[in-house]
Amino acid sequence: MFGYEFYIDPSRCIGCQSCMKACEECETHRGHSMINFDFIDREETIATAAYVCWHCDDPTCAEVCPADAIKKGDDGVVHSSLKPRCIACQNCVLACPFGIPKIVPEYDQMLKCDMCYDRTSAGKRPMCATVCPSQALAYVRPEDVVQRREKPTNVFYFGNQEVTTKVFMMVPENQDSISIDVADYIWEGEYEAVSPA
Amino acid sequence: MKLFRQPSSEPLWRDEFSVFAADERYVSRRQFAKFLVLTSLAMFVGNLWILVRSWFSRGPAYPAETVARLDEIPIGGVKLFPYPTPKEQCILVRTGSNDYVAYSQKCTHLSCAVFYSGAKNRLECPCHNGAFSVRDGSVLQGPPRRPLPRIRLERRGDELVATGIHLRQEV
Repeated sequence: MFGYEFYIDPSRCIGCQSCMKACEECETHRGHSMINFDFIDREETIATAAYVCWHCDDPTCAEVCPADAIKKGDDGVVHSSLKPRCIACQNCVLACPFGIPKIVPEYDQMLKCDMCYDRTSAGKRPMCATVCPSQALAYVRPEDVVQRREKPTNVFYFGNQEVTTKVFMMVPENQDSISIDVADYIWEGEYEAVSPA
Repeated sequence: MKLFRQPSSEPLWRDEFSVFAADERYVSRRQFAKFLVLTSLAMFVGNLWILVRSWFSRGPAYPAETVARLDEIPIGGVKLFPYPTPKEQCILVRTGSNDYVAYSQKCTHLSCAVFYSGAKNRLECPCHNGAFSVRDGSVLQGPPRRPLPRIRLERRGDELVATGIHLRQEV
């Protein structure tokens, strides 16, 4: 709306978790961070990644909501569930391909990243993007991002399903989209048998 | 937010429960016209039902109660009596040797108790200076708009019997 777009670049993330602390300061969900923060492979590397909601063009969370509680605004932002409608059934949590929605048990309600709607709808930057020191989470104009070495994309493939989003991911120059086959990430190791003693 | 939208091939529930906040508030001209037609039809049928019911219904049944003996009150005298329930006070006035009238004692303005003023030959309300004709209960002065409900009286032998209440419209 104000000419800014959100860009996520996990390769820049230094794991400082400032975004999580900044997110917790937000008025609408004070004390609950809506950032998805991952340690990629803790045994092998210190690499981390922080994600916000991608705000899908056709949001799966809203499509599966039986209570009609999740709504997408005119500016493409998918909002947290409407409090009078949400029944905390967790359909959205299970359905979201990115794992973004969170059930907050104290409120019996689903909350998710709404791109700091109170700020971005007024032309300000989201909390996480203002504090990120390495701009792994960046809320900037598109012309500022073309200077980066990576290329932004908002097309994801989960198997054969294409998902397009409002938020961009930075990918290597030679890629146009991000393909994820969920089956690739299923752990194939053996479970340790835990005897009931 | 789009003001006008082409009729979509999507099923109606997808339009009604859209994931887009703007679509949820959107009302098409056809939906609005349908709403107007159906609600006015419902209003019409409802009014028709009330009309038909009022044609075929009898008014509430009032008990017949003896309120006074004929020689009990002098000419120009009054008697208070409860009718039709013990909590509804009425006033009986003997206006002539053979003329008796009875009205509800509740002023139709704010329900103060009216009294008979013999000097002015009318029923008066002390609260806001309302006055009613003793002849037919109609309003003579003051804030009341409706006449006093009249109690139907019947003479049976030497007793006066109240048989009903005659409610009249605003005049």
